[in-house]
Amino acid sequence: MTLVDTRTPEPKRFVSGATGDWEIVIGMEVHAQITSNSKLFSGASTTFGAGPNENVSLVDAAMPGMLPVINEWCVRQAVRTGLGLKAQINLKSVFDRKNYFYPDLPQGYQISQFKQPIVGEGTMIISVGPDKKGEFEDIEIGVERLHLEQDAGKSLHDQNPTMSYVDLNRSGVALMEIVSKPDMRSSDEAKAYLTKLRTIVRYLGTCDGNMDEGSMRADVNVSVRKPGGEFGTRCEIKNVNSIRFVGQAIEYEARRQIAVLEDGGSIDQETRLFDPVKGETRSMRSKEEAHDYRYFPDPDLLPLEFTQAYVDELKADLPELPDDKKARLVSALGLSVYDASILVTEKAIADYYEAVAKGRDGKLSANWVINDLLGALNKAGKGIEESPVSPDQLGGIIDLIKEGVISGKIAKDLFEIIWNEGGDPRDVVESRGMKQVTDTGAIEKAVDEIIAANPDKVEQAKAKPSLAGWFVGQVMKSTGGKANPQVLSDLVKAKLGITE
Amino acid sequence: MSVDTATVKRVANLARIAVTEDDVSRMTGQLNTILGFVEQLNEVNVEGVEPMTSVTPMAMKKRQDVVNDGDKVADIVANAPTSEENFFVVPKVVE
Repeated sequence: MTLVDTRTPEPKRFVSGATGDWEIVIGMEVHAQITSNSKLFSGASTTFGAGPNENVSLVDAAMPGMLPVINEWCVRQAVRTGLGLKAQINLKSVFDRKNYFYPDLPQGYQISQFKQPIVGEGTMIISVGPDKKGEFEDIEIGVERLHLEQDAGKSLHDQNPTMSYVDLNRSGVALMEIVSKPDMRSSDEAKAYLTKLRTIVRYLGTCDGNMDEGSMRADVNVSVRKPGGEFGTRCEIKNVNSIRFVGQAIEYEARRQIAVLEDGGSIDQETRLFDPVKGETRSMRSKEEAHDYRYFPDPDLLPLEFTQAYVDELKADLPELPDDKKARLVSALGLSVYDASILVTEKAIADYYEAVAKGRDGKLSANWVINDLLGALNKAGKGIEESPVSPDQLGGIIDLIKEGVISGKIAKDLFEIIWNEGGDPRDVVESRGMKQVTDTGAIEKAVDEIIAANPDKVEQAKAKPSLAGWFVGQVMKSTGGKANPQVLSDLVKAKLGITE
Repeated sequence: MSVDTATVKRVANLARIAVTEDDVSRMTGQLNTILGFVEQLNEVNVEGVEPMTSVTPMAMKKRQDVVNDGDKVADIVANAPTSEENFFVVPKVVE
């Protein structure tokens, strides 16, 4: 691929070294496991966590005479992902053999796509931020290609001092390799890219994005250069399995390369591994020679062809993607870009939010979902799918606030009760007497009591009107927080003779 | 195009095939004969001609996404020189 620099060097992204500023250049190859029942070329299951070699067919074990037959669902998933990346879909693509020798690769080659991938160039908008001013910066990152390939098996090296154990359950599982252009210029951008890619495949349901189980892994290419100069020699950091590690690996690797170059040395193009424990990258000794993959078209497989009508049909069927959803939440529901960005990070969160906001105040709903619900879920270490409070229940709480039945403050208590004990918010408010007191007479009585008990404060308040807040607080306390805040505040001010 | 003995050794090594010196010189000759034939084929002008992928025009067969294979671990490891707890066991390979 010809490397084109699409970015303008900007000082805010530079890293300073001893000899001046440096610019980091990053490109990524992400392996995303396609969500499917069976493998790319065999009928064995893709389920995670099966016993050793249980999910293996004779095709996956590369027994002589076995022939691969492509899983049409995986093709569909790759095309849908390509469409989600606004990429060129190639109606004809070709499978090639990528030859290398390793015990967990029984075929001796990986079936992949080399010259003619199923998906060509596309773009993705990443959002970096918020910065100190609370602003997000949208940056377009180019996608070079997406191709289909087989995963390899898994080797375990720690079971025995002299032997390695091989499990072929992953062998033949369908992967999409998504290759970016070298368009990223900071670890934050790289993390945003991976996050966005993960969000998109999860919206599409083409990959579960579960990095812990290895459903998504990133190979990160890092080089450094003087700002705006020629691209430097890159190192590839293999198999980074979390977004946080991607950031750490880039930071470390860029620093290492800058130190080598400033010391008068040069960078060797090599493959490196990231060690999350030590937070550093180190050279992978071997493999270098094996980089000669001797690709050639797989004679067992015909070219993969489909019609434009097939692509159009899949396109018409795509769900609303995060960028579109975000734009809609901002324009139609009046949310801030910040709130909308948070809500669209996960399709499940966006769905939850939309269920709450339906027929209700969009902004108030967003505040509750983001601050209260997501806050509580985060604290409890739960995902949105496990939320003890359903969208209906949260909507019910918001309705009660809007109707003036409870104050915003009581609503927080009510939320906690629903979170812990469940139930219908309206019934809970009724049975626990949490209703807001809007009856002026009752509030007045409470205000009078506080005023009568604190003559000194009353005197002080005459000189210092801000003390009214103290009275409001006291009445709130005595009424168990149920006094309507507006009515109460007006009453206190009137009684103390404070005019604004 | 032709190959020398160093290239043959390298290719053999990449494929993890053990070859003796005698084999190398013999194979170099054989491979060069094949490459000579390929050279001859290269003389044909194929400008604008799509590579032929099958003798009769046909589309690639596709499978439905159903699990109908696997779950035969005994068969899978049956021929392995060594296996343990259903894993293949091979001489240690560590990066």
